[in-house]
Amino acid sequence: MTLVLELEHITKRFGPLVANDDISLHLKQGEILSLLGENGAGKTTLMNILFGHYTADAGQVRVYGQVLPPGLPRAAIAAGVGMVHQHFTLAGNLTVLDNIMIGSEKLFRLVSDRAGAQRRLQEIAVRFGLPVDPSARVADLSVGERQRVEILKALYRQARILILDEPTAVLARPEAERLFDTLRGMTAGGLSIIFISHKLHEVMAASDRVVVLRGGRVVAERVTSETDQAELAELMVGRRVARPRRESQAPGAAVITAHGLSLTEGGQIRLDVVDFEVNAGEILGIVGVSGNGQAALGRVLSGLARPTRGSLRLGDLDLTRMTPRQLVQAGLGRIPEDRQAEGAIGEMAVWENAMLERLGDPAFSRAGFVRRGAARAFAKGLIERFDIRGATPETRTRLLSGGNMQKLVLGRNLAGKPRFILANQPTRGLDEGAIAAVHVELLAARAQGAAIMLITEDLEEAVGLSDRICAIVKGRLSAPVLPEAADARTLGLMMAGVWDAV
Amino acid sequence: MRFERRTDVPWGIVALAPPGAIAAALVLCAGLIALAGVNPLAAYAEMLNGAFGSRLAVTETLTRAVPLILTGLAAAVAFRARLWNIGAEGQFYIGALFTAWAGHGAVTGLPAPVAIVVLMLGGMLAGALLLIGPVVLRLRFGVDEVVTTLLLNFIAVLFVGMMVEGPMKDPMGFGWPQSVPVAREVMLPDLVARSRLHIGLIFAILAAGVVWIIQQRTVFGAQTRAAGLNPVAAAFAGVPLSQTLILVAMLSGGLAGLAGAVEVIGVTGYVTTTMSPGYGYAGIVVAMLAALHPAGVVAAAVFVATVFIGADAMSRATGVPSFIADVIMSASLLTMLTALLFTTYRIRR
Repeated sequence: MTLVLELEHITKRFGPLVANDDISLHLKQGEILSLLGENGAGKTTLMNILFGHYTADAGQVRVYGQVLPPGLPRAAIAAGVGMVHQHFTLAGNLTVLDNIMIGSEKLFRLVSDRAGAQRRLQEIAVRFGLPVDPSARVADLSVGERQRVEILKALYRQARILILDEPTAVLARPEAERLFDTLRGMTAGGLSIIFISHKLHEVMAASDRVVVLRGGRVVAERVTSETDQAELAELMVGRRVARPRRESQAPGAAVITAHGLSLTEGGQIRLDVVDFEVNAGEILGIVGVSGNGQAALGRVLSGLARPTRGSLRLGDLDLTRMTPRQLVQAGLGRIPEDRQAEGAIGEMAVWENAMLERLGDPAFSRAGFVRRGAARAFAKGLIERFDIRGATPETRTRLLSGGNMQKLVLGRNLAGKPRFILANQPTRGLDEGAIAAVHVELLAARAQGAAIMLITEDLEEAVGLSDRICAIVKGRLSAPVLPEAADARTLGLMMAGVWDAV
Repeated sequence: MRFERRTDVPWGIVALAPPGAIAAALVLCAGLIALAGVNPLAAYAEMLNGAFGSRLAVTETLTRAVPLILTGLAAAVAFRARLWNIGAEGQFYIGALFTAWAGHGAVTGLPAPVAIVVLMLGGMLAGALLLIGPVVLRLRFGVDEVVTTLLLNFIAVLFVGMMVEGPMKDPMGFGWPQSVPVAREVMLPDLVARSRLHIGLIFAILAAGVVWIIQQRTVFGAQTRAAGLNPVAAAFAGVPLSQTLILVAMLSGGLAGLAGAVEVIGVTGYVTTTMSPGYGYAGIVVAMLAALHPAGVVAAAVFVATVFIGADAMSRATGVPSFIADVIMSASLLTMLTALLFTTYRIRR
């Protein structure tokens, strides 16, 4: 088999941090290689070096035997390397065809060959099984379709080596599985693929070979068919990480109750007569394919949207007309879906983010002035109690890793001893160690009698933590099932909306 | 060559950015001065001499700095909250108009200090009201406030023109389009005898202090910063975005209106359509040079005033047109924006 890509002794330092330490790996023609590692293991740095975004301090890259000049993305593209980033680089107001053609034509060409480009695009789309409407506006496409456009963009530039950086981070499970099928088809068509991930089951499902990175070094290489998830997990983390187990406990009285909760926005029904009840000391899991009303439910429970109809009560309190601040005062904890965009303000200090939800609270303000001492002490307490690494109260929040930022968001909620906690995708994008830490905290809050609603796309998480599980489909909530009864088939049917069969 | 975001910004770079930007702007403009056939160093020396060379020059420069501090603060507080108030010029004029109108008759009978406070508060309110409309339009309908506030400037100046040509025209003004002067008693006392410098300078510096305290120490200030840095996260955390933005608008428009009020009762005594040589627009430059910091606003306002007063003197001495002041100011805005890029990013090769 020919080697299409060789990375030889790549080393890259950022100040005192060695992001890549003498990494060597190769990619064979027609294979899917997984690059597995936790956040911060050096995967993305390595791929940025390969693609010319960074220049390595030592080592070189060979593509089809030729040494790639360092630091030139154009040279990488010309050599046939295509990269699909985790965060898409598409212009939403342009069509699919425009997005794909941008930058592929000479700037001073007078006439743009749109018809020719469209023909070529269709041909590629058919050849690799990536159907797409060239005249659709990118903003109107689903996330999965946008990813397809990103891949087509690379293929249009005649990529023969495709690098996908955490491609499933934004996809729901069925979309991810469709992507894996597509990748298989593409290797049959002559492409070689590097697939970056920290999700074990995806690596097992999608790749031929796995290279495990940890702390900037290659720690292991395995043929996928000769390894298993447990071994890879241990290699990736360097120790055994077990997610905590839920101890059974008898739930208490109902804490939060919803009756006929509905939300209509711009003529779209987001929530359709939803009823639920979460008891003290209980976790209610909500699973579903993304875009079925999870976000709407999250916004209603966070005070960002008022339900069109129905009631939502915390004990005797009517929550439906409360502002976010009133909800926090009433004893609600809220972990937002997107911690970067909603949970914390990156440019503010950790202590400011710690008190942000309670700015009006007498604990942190007096006569309109911020009690900075009290806020700093509170932040210091959170950092110690929740083991937020690399943080002081003065640290700018954007410098924290995803896991530590989530601990901050979690901590500021749990510190208020909330009666009800909305945990919306609490572990999305976190590595195994951080996931375990978040689970420990949620279970501890449950043991202390908090009622918790866990909205998640991670079925393993839902089954592992929940006392009852509902599926949300097109804004409607299914009847709950017990986790013991929730095997993959049952959950799959529930998420497809086939509730009677359960 | 590539830009890489700095993980942490050393404060030394932040402190160096404004002087560096100003130095770069002066170097760039030296080319233009040389083109006009004058030795740039000699020209700049004339400029410094013209702005600080005599007792009169110093007081004139500081007098010029007073409205610039206030309009600079107006821009700084708004920009902090990502409210792009380009309308300080119009708010200045409306504040001045109200003060000239009320100062002529409405406050007669009040003790002078009370009357002065009433006039300044009234000027603030007038300026604030002019900014409320654009902010409400933005909050309700998403109308871009850059466009609305900018265009309101022209409406405000034309409205002042209508008033000073019509109902408020001074019959003793020899036909000049200026308003009836305010009562002698409500004019601000001089800070330095036999000069135009008035105690408005102290008010302006106090205003900078108050703005600093509001931004750094109060709940409102924290909410403003949060709303400016990440409105989505701020809303999630319960910051009332609309209310915060309206209060910011009141403060920003109020400061610009106060600039107009203080200029009327401190310097001119009446309102005309030419009383501002672009104080509102220069306030944007002042705010950017100050990196939106209130103390920096005071320093930057003095710099801009120096350029304007100095350029007049330089023009008389060397023949370089005094428009060079506008060029220097505009160039320093561009170099400052470039400098801000370097405080956030570093260059990698």
